Amino acid sequence: MTTATEATVTGQREITYLQAINEALHQEMERDPTVFVAGVDLAARGDVFGTTRGILAKFGSERIMDTPISENAIVGLAVGSALQGLRPVVSVMFIDFIGVCFDVILNQMAKNKYMFGGKARLPLVVLANAGAGGGMAAQHSQSLEALLCHIPGLKVVMPSSAADAKGLMTAAIREDNPVFFIQHKRCSRMRGPVPEGEYVVPLGSAKVVREGRDITIVATAYMVHEALAAAERLAERGIEAEIVDPRSLQPLDTPTILASVQKTHRVLTVHEAVQFGGIGAEITAQIAAEAFDYLDAPPIRLGGPWSPVPYSQPLEQEWIVNANDIHDAVVKLIEG
Amino acid sequence: MTTPTTTQLDSEQLLWMYRTMVRIREFEEAAGRLAEQARIPGAVHLYAGEEAVAVGVCSNLDPEDTITSTHRGHGHCIAKGGDVKRMFAELFGKADGYCHGKGGSMHIADLEIGILGANGIVGGGPPIAVGSAFAAKYKKNGRVCVCFTGDGATNEGTWHESLNLAALWKLPVIFVIENNHYGEFTPQSGQGAIPRLSDRAASYGIPGVTVDGQDVVAVNEAAREAIARARAGDGPTLIEADTYRYYNHTGMSEGDPRPAEERAAWRERDPITILRGVLTEQAILSGESAERVEQEVRREIEEAIKFGEASPYPELSELLTDVYTE
Ligand SMILES: Cc1ncc(C[n+]2csc(CCOP(=O)(O)OP(=O)(O)O)c2C)c(N)n1
Ligand SMILES: [Mg+2]
Repeated sequence: MTTATEATVTGQREITYLQAINEALHQEMERDPTVFVAGVDLAARGDVFGTTRGILAKFGSERIMDTPISENAIVGLAVGSALQGLRPVVSVMFIDFIGVCFDVILNQMAKNKYMFGGKARLPLVVLANAGAGGGMAAQHSQSLEALLCHIPGLKVVMPSSAADAKGLMTAAIREDNPVFFIQHKRCSRMRGPVPEGEYVVPLGSAKVVREGRDITIVATAYMVHEALAAAERLAERGIEAEIVDPRSLQPLDTPTILASVQKTHRVLTVHEAVQFGGIGAEITAQIAAEAFDYLDAPPIRLGGPWSPVPYSQPLEQEWIVNANDIHDAVVKLIEG
Repeated sequence: MTTPTTTQLDSEQLLWMYRTMVRIREFEEAAGRLAEQARIPGAVHLYAGEEAVAVGVCSNLDPEDTITSTHRGHGHCIAKGGDVKRMFAELFGKADGYCHGKGGSMHIADLEIGILGANGIVGGGPPIAVGSAFAAKYKKNGRVCVCFTGDGATNEGTWHESLNLAALWKLPVIFVIENNHYGEFTPQSGQGAIPRLSDRAASYGIPGVTVDGQDVVAVNEAAREAIARARAGDGPTLIEADTYRYYNHTGMSEGDPRPAEERAAWRERDPITILRGVLTEQAILSGESAERVEQEVRREIEEAIKFGEASPYPELSELLTDVYTE
């Protein structure tokens, strides 16, 4: 079977983001017998989020395993088996739980290749669910992508649409380096057109999800949908926002972002993660360094406020950046 | 099945145990219904079925003793003397809740009565329990800490590191495993190669016992001995309490994959019914007074729900408070 790309795609139909990931897993497991899956409740249950449903029935218990609640062993299993030529896909369930196994991630997975003088190869994927909005409180709601992006040796993707979820999952599995595949909980049930066959979105390729001339909004994961909603309202005022979804945060497709800013002359970055030290800070700094002369206004950033995610519903809603915040920030920037 | 005995427990203590178990059961069933009705957000992990463990252990503790709890923490909180009004207010995310609505079900804490917090991280509690026990030893105040975890949590590295350190330093901490035979949806047999989790004590050089976790008196006795050991400076004990949760991993019964026969068999060994049997037999509790306890508790729970629902939401200005000590 040949693998389609965005340029060559045919045969799409609407499925959810989770189904799209699930389909990529099925297709890659079919294609490559070294791909296996392991994590808490991934096999019999098909994952608490439903990501791995049907895989046990199709591929059997040699290819997908339920594990004890032992994140160090789960993620370490990925590192060791990848060093031995397998292509593990493991899950930490909630991204918050990387705290339990951060040494394996930070000091082993990310550094083995370099420390060993390039001899190691670590083709592995870690699945992690991120995001607030479900009343799950401070230990089950975080967006920790910037933490991972800060570690040389890791790659990080964070899709916002079903098609990208499929394409990036395929790319992540075929990648010869460790990739964190961050699923946003509020994207999981969203539907969209997804190619039926094997489909790849290369790591490090951003996507312009809406064209516009007045401002570039660089948005990640669920914030892409909030930005789209804001853009509709901005259009009513005559402001045309261009929205760029980096999709992959490490590596980051800076050229696509710069090209957009050079066209619109203004930029807003927005992510759900706390603003301080977030990926928006990196993107903004790169724009300031590379496209300063094109800017008609200071770059602005939106992100979560400086606190853990609160449980109480009004507080949690207040905590999460939304379309209104994006709308208002853009209006203020452009109309003063 | 062990025959429950009531050695060393006077009728007042036994009646406290009974009422507290009923309070936990009523709290949990009400919380489960509220979650089903989407009147409280997030996830609730119900303790119904496991009441004898928290109550049997905590019946030996003073308010100054500490506990660390888990995601399934409501029962520990109530058994340690937590206020059901403030608990419900917390579940509703309200200002009068234990954490002013910031924490919710998985993070209820009452430091004044030694509840060092429920925990959303499996295996999050044990290292904190070690620290609390260390502080007791350091301050020579005779306090102990009880670390509650599930069976699944014993497969986290934190659990093993904590037992080893506590054993090495003879810290006054009691590790209680609530073995309900599942971690989420995976049975115990899919999570470890040994059936008796108390056997793990041997590798740390501490005593390990398995008790019938449906028999509150048996739990009380095992815990009493372990706590006395800890207070005497002889170090930690590992207690495995064999038990079962009545409801699904989160919420009530929807989507529960556990075999119906298994669930029914455990219901036959209901901890509240078992204690009621003992108390009736010993003429400590009549059928009528048992009924009265249940009615009183039910009313208390209804009032607590009303209190919680009527409490205001926290002010939005509180979003950024409490991040640091100012
Ligand atoms: C570090 C971490 N890994 C995974 C989870 C998800 N999780 C929540 S509860 C649970 C099962 C815990 O099982 P056990 O310790 O036996 O407690 P029980 O729920 O049975 O009371 C899991 C896997 C988590 N909260 N934290
Ligand atoms: Mg369990």
